[in-house]
Amino acid sequence: MRVFGLNRKIIRVLLGTEYAHMLEYRAEIALWALSGVLPFIMLSLWNGSDARDALGMDGVGLDRYFLSAFLVRQFSVVWMIYAFEEDALTGRLSPYLLQPLHPLWRYVASHLGEQLTRLPFAAVITAIFFLIQPKAFWVPSLGHFVLAWLATWMAFSIAFLLQSLIASLCFWSEKASALERLLFIPFLFLSGLLAPITAFPPFVRTFAQWTPFPYLIDFPARVLAEQPVDLLAGFAIQLAWIVLLLPLVLLLWRAGVRRYSAMGA
Amino acid sequence: MGRYFKSLRRFWGTALASQLEYQLNVVIELIAVGLSLLGSLFMLSLFFGPGRELGGWSWHEALIVQGFYTVLDGMASTWLRPNLSSIVTHVREGTLDFVLLKPIDSQFWLSLRTISPAGLPEIVLGLFLVIWGGNQAGASLTPGGLALVLVMLLAGGLILYSLWFLIAATSIWFVKTWNATEVLRAVLASGRYPVAAYPAPLRLLFTLVIPVAFLTTVPAEVVLGRASTPMLWLGSGLAVGFFVVARQFWLYALRHYTSASS
Repeated sequence: MRVFGLNRKIIRVLLGTEYAHMLEYRAEIALWALSGVLPFIMLSLWNGSDARDALGMDGVGLDRYFLSAFLVRQFSVVWMIYAFEEDALTGRLSPYLLQPLHPLWRYVASHLGEQLTRLPFAAVITAIFFLIQPKAFWVPSLGHFVLAWLATWMAFSIAFLLQSLIASLCFWSEKASALERLLFIPFLFLSGLLAPITAFPPFVRTFAQWTPFPYLIDFPARVLAEQPVDLLAGFAIQLAWIVLLLPLVLLLWRAGVRRYSAMGA
Repeated sequence: MGRYFKSLRRFWGTALASQLEYQLNVVIELIAVGLSLLGSLFMLSLFFGPGRELGGWSWHEALIVQGFYTVLDGMASTWLRPNLSSIVTHVREGTLDFVLLKPIDSQFWLSLRTISPAGLPEIVLGLFLVIWGGNQAGASLTPGGLALVLVMLLAGGLILYSLWFLIAATSIWFVKTWNATEVLRAVLASGRYPVAAYPAPLRLLFTLVIPVAFLTTVPAEVVLGRASTPMLWLGSGLAVGFFVVARQFWLYALRHYTSASS
């Protein structure tokens, strides 16, 4: 039986091949993991700053928050638009479109394969963090861990759908990845990667909460760091964004494929 | 020498002509620069409040640092990113052969082949921020001081270029080094804030190993007239040192170049 074109065998083969593929590039992925050090740089700034008290996170709370933000980012980073743009430009997309499987699943599988490859590197960076900052060491309870995992996957789904939406525009314009920058900039400043959103002035915080960005980093990171957070509201809003974006992506994709004429045609 | 100037004029003329084909991209770029600067200023403002300082720097003083960061970031998008990111492609596809065969220095060709006007608004905005911040912080610049600022900015640019080029040159062996530049960029982002705001071990790292301090903090100190002479010498020395190392490393790397598929 197939659900959305998937069955157990297809999932196994897709994930297996994508994981094997990503393992080939492990050195590169290690560097990717390392390039996510920004939360640590910000943490060292906040720790030495006069404004630290205004964050509402005492003692090791802030250390844990930024470590969690780093981890959430590691496992929710999305780069499908670059892969997709290359596939569209080189014409590799055409055979994918002929297969009885939605091409987006292929990109989902390669992201999951990459996350699995990333896992050991993220673990090493976490271990180093605890060596430098032994006071911050904590093991989240099983409940929090499972919830944080779920929240991170929801965050990944939202980010993936947002980027697919822009990627679908590749069918109309070949340079849609330029638009991705416009998505990344508000993400960077509003997601909580650089500062927990409790640090924002009230009106900015209200504004941010109407965008999907705080639910990509801040919310999952708070769950993982065991900070007080409204779980029900957080998950509900994450789900709402997915429900809103999914049909949009599918519609735009379908309209785009109808326009698609393959490179060189 | 004349040949190099003539080539440079042609390089940039053709690059500008082809860039202007994509006018929509220019608009997107302008919006991106504006949003990015707005976000950075917002982030910086979170550290400040009544009576608060960041590592002993006031709000207006920190704006100068942010301004220099914006200038260098604009320089990176106009000059470094378009040129140095294509080294990797040349190595992978074997087109580096054609570059090496040209009767012109290969490092010159690879470093200055193209230019992208996208970063120019950023440079202008950054300079504006430096001037405004300096003005508000009560800095008064003599012509000599201005010359010193320019020298230190040049030194910062040279350090940035050399670091980036060094990493790009390792693609002769490792081919895919694009990710290494991403790591460099992530670390360079620390230059948005005065180096004194970081804890001591990081300060050491940012001064001696990855000299981020000389990119933004030291020029800002010169503007404020409180730069220490040893730091200026150290900065200039590091700039020349890094450049020489990058040059020698490139010549060494070329001896190991075996072209694609061999």
